[in-house]
Amino acid sequence: MDLNSIWFWLISALFAGYAILDGFDFGVGILSLFGRSEKERRIHFNAIGPVWDGNEVWLVTGGGALFAAFPKVYATVFSGFYIALMLLLVALIFRAVSFEFRSKVESQIWRRTWDFAFGFGSLLSAFLLGVAFGNILIGVPIDAKGNFIGTFFDLLNPYSICIGLLTVILFVMHGAVYLAGKSEDELRDRCHRWAQNTWIYFTVLYTAMTIWTWLASPFLFERSPGNPFFYVLLSILIGAVIVLPVLFKSDKFNRAFIASSVLVAMMIGHAALSLYPRFVPSSVDLNYSLTIYNASSSDLTLQTMLVIAAIGIPVVITYSFFIQRVFRGKVEITKESY
Amino acid sequence: MDALFLARLQFALTIGFHFIFPPISIGLAWQLVIMEGIGWKKKDEMYIRMSKFFAKLLALTFALGVATGIVMEFQFGTNWSVYSEFVGDIFGAPLAAEGIFAFFLESGFLGLYLFGRNKVSKAVHWFSILMVAVGATISAFWIIAANSWQQTPAGYIIRNNRAELTSFYDAVINPSTMIRYLHTVDAALITGAFFAAGVSAYLIIKNKEVELAKRSMKIAIIFGLAASLLELVPLGDTHARQVARTQPEKFASIEGIQKTQSNAPLVLFGIPNNKTRELSMRVEIPGLLSWLVHGNADTPVKGFNEFESGNLPPFALTFISFHIMAALGTFFILFMLIALIQLFRNRLWDNKWLLRTMIWSIPLPIAACELGWITAEVGRQPWIVYGLLKTSEAYSTSVTAGEVLFSIIIFSFIYLLLGILYIYILVREVKHGPQSINT
Repeated sequence: MDLNSIWFWLISALFAGYAILDGFDFGVGILSLFGRSEKERRIHFNAIGPVWDGNEVWLVTGGGALFAAFPKVYATVFSGFYIALMLLLVALIFRAVSFEFRSKVESQIWRRTWDFAFGFGSLLSAFLLGVAFGNILIGVPIDAKGNFIGTFFDLLNPYSICIGLLTVILFVMHGAVYLAGKSEDELRDRCHRWAQNTWIYFTVLYTAMTIWTWLASPFLFERSPGNPFFYVLLSILIGAVIVLPVLFKSDKFNRAFIASSVLVAMMIGHAALSLYPRFVPSSVDLNYSLTIYNASSSDLTLQTMLVIAAIGIPVVITYSFFIQRVFRGKVEITKESY
Repeated sequence: MDALFLARLQFALTIGFHFIFPPISIGLAWQLVIMEGIGWKKKDEMYIRMSKFFAKLLALTFALGVATGIVMEFQFGTNWSVYSEFVGDIFGAPLAAEGIFAFFLESGFLGLYLFGRNKVSKAVHWFSILMVAVGATISAFWIIAANSWQQTPAGYIIRNNRAELTSFYDAVINPSTMIRYLHTVDAALITGAFFAAGVSAYLIIKNKEVELAKRSMKIAIIFGLAASLLELVPLGDTHARQVARTQPEKFASIEGIQKTQSNAPLVLFGIPNNKTRELSMRVEIPGLLSWLVHGNADTPVKGFNEFESGNLPPFALTFISFHIMAALGTFFILFMLIALIQLFRNRLWDNKWLLRTMIWSIPLPIAACELGWITAEVGRQPWIVYGLLKTSEAYSTSVTAGEVLFSIIIFSFIYLLLGILYIYILVREVKHGPQSINT
């Protein structure tokens, strides 16, 4: 495998890590809109309180790695998706500050305002990330020079909106599974039902979107069926979908969380495998697509970055694992909580 | 208003607002390393309560820094796509390294520090605030390294219409990185010290937890005086000489030197004229600038006449920002020195005037940081990468002026709101004081 391919997969892995980790944050945030009491809503906040900003770092690092390894993709996509990304930033800002702001003032209106910022910030973030991803899958208006020539409204096509919706449903299910492991009694029972119900919507919409993708972007299916990994990923993906309701039924939410994390990773892996070696297909002419070769940095930069990743990522994973372990188990509301 | 102007305005707005928070976070985190360390070693409950109190202020500041910082990561691509393509081979790596080596560390351990006090051992808990401080300080390194490459590019070759890496070490440790890094981190330490000193002064005046506040004040004054002195010599001095050597146009602008001259004066005050690039009402010390830069009066210092006028930065803004920053730096030294003397004479606690000034001085180091940043960035104009790429050629051509105007309006509203709420909650938390915290 060449350096460009390694970096394509590493960046896919960073974004998969981001989707798994901030995905449950977004899910918990969206579900907090349905919290029935102050105590319940505080459990939502505190279930992700100690970990959410570490999770958001995956996005920051993914963005930095994309800039470093494929600057042309970073420049074209980020400037092309301008308004959508500005809205995403607004949503992420409101979510971020709601934790600290909310808990500091004990007024009903104040707290409900930040509940709203937290819930809708999470919902909008999940949706916009999905829409952006949908646009990559369906192809982006890019000209022969690799420049974006569309508008904001081109991005809001029905296909991408449906991918946005699918992302929201996936993250709600993922978040419900996470929160079920973090809560007790009535809230836990409700998370259980949420997980079961969203699983049905997810499965139906995912199947429909796969067919739609096949119709709308046949180029994604040109090469991948010849690759054995395609079937490995697909089997794991289908396995995760099937095993989820079984685990819900037997109340095994820690294992269900692993299964839904695997599901998120496999969906991204599957999409990446189908795109490869293109990074951003052009909807004007497939030959104008940004690929892992025409959009990449020099070999020296890719090598240097690989050394940085090889030193840094194992360390990050080690202490992140340790920190997550400290906070395992049910949420306890104490004086230091949000 | 054209797209270029708006792109610059948005960048100034978003970086300017973001840069309020990291210096406070870095400075406060190191203050907390000391407080927690004393509390742990002495098993002193008062220091633990002090730490918990300041930790709340750190958590709030940190959240604002994270929320506004993510805009930065996106903004090079969204608004400066030509720049991003030109420098991506070099500029992206430090940003990614910042994520891997710094952001994960500080955010992960901040969660552990804030919520893990009763879940981990005291040693691990102290280690976690240490890692927050270390992470924040490392993050400053990578972002300053990236920015320094824009000031003094090195370790590259122009190939395929872009700057391509030839040496990662040379690009990261370029001629201005280390001194600019130390200068900036020390500014953050001053910011943290003034922050802690001002908050402690408030508690003393309001007669709340006076014993605790006296102790945190002592830490802050010693810390603040040391950091303020270091900022003058060697850091500020060395940085200025580096600018004179590597970016003479910028140096001429910050010091207000019209013509290349030996025995150049150090201008203490002057009113700059942007068109003529001249100073009126100048107050100066003859020959001192030559001495500071070269160690002798004979070697000439370069003035505006050496350069094409199209390659010179805006004079007034660069000159004024630098001079106010330098004046503030001088004030920090004098003020902390007076506070220390009064502390030794045991006259500090009753000196209401001094304590009040301390409270109102909290924003001053932040202002100095902003002004320093303006000096560095405006002084680099018209270049976005010094000598290689002009700012006017670097913005995203696929983004319309209307779109940028839209995002500027949104960000202005949000930042105004966040700024007001930050101050409101900060003041509220300080007014509650450490009493409300149980250990």
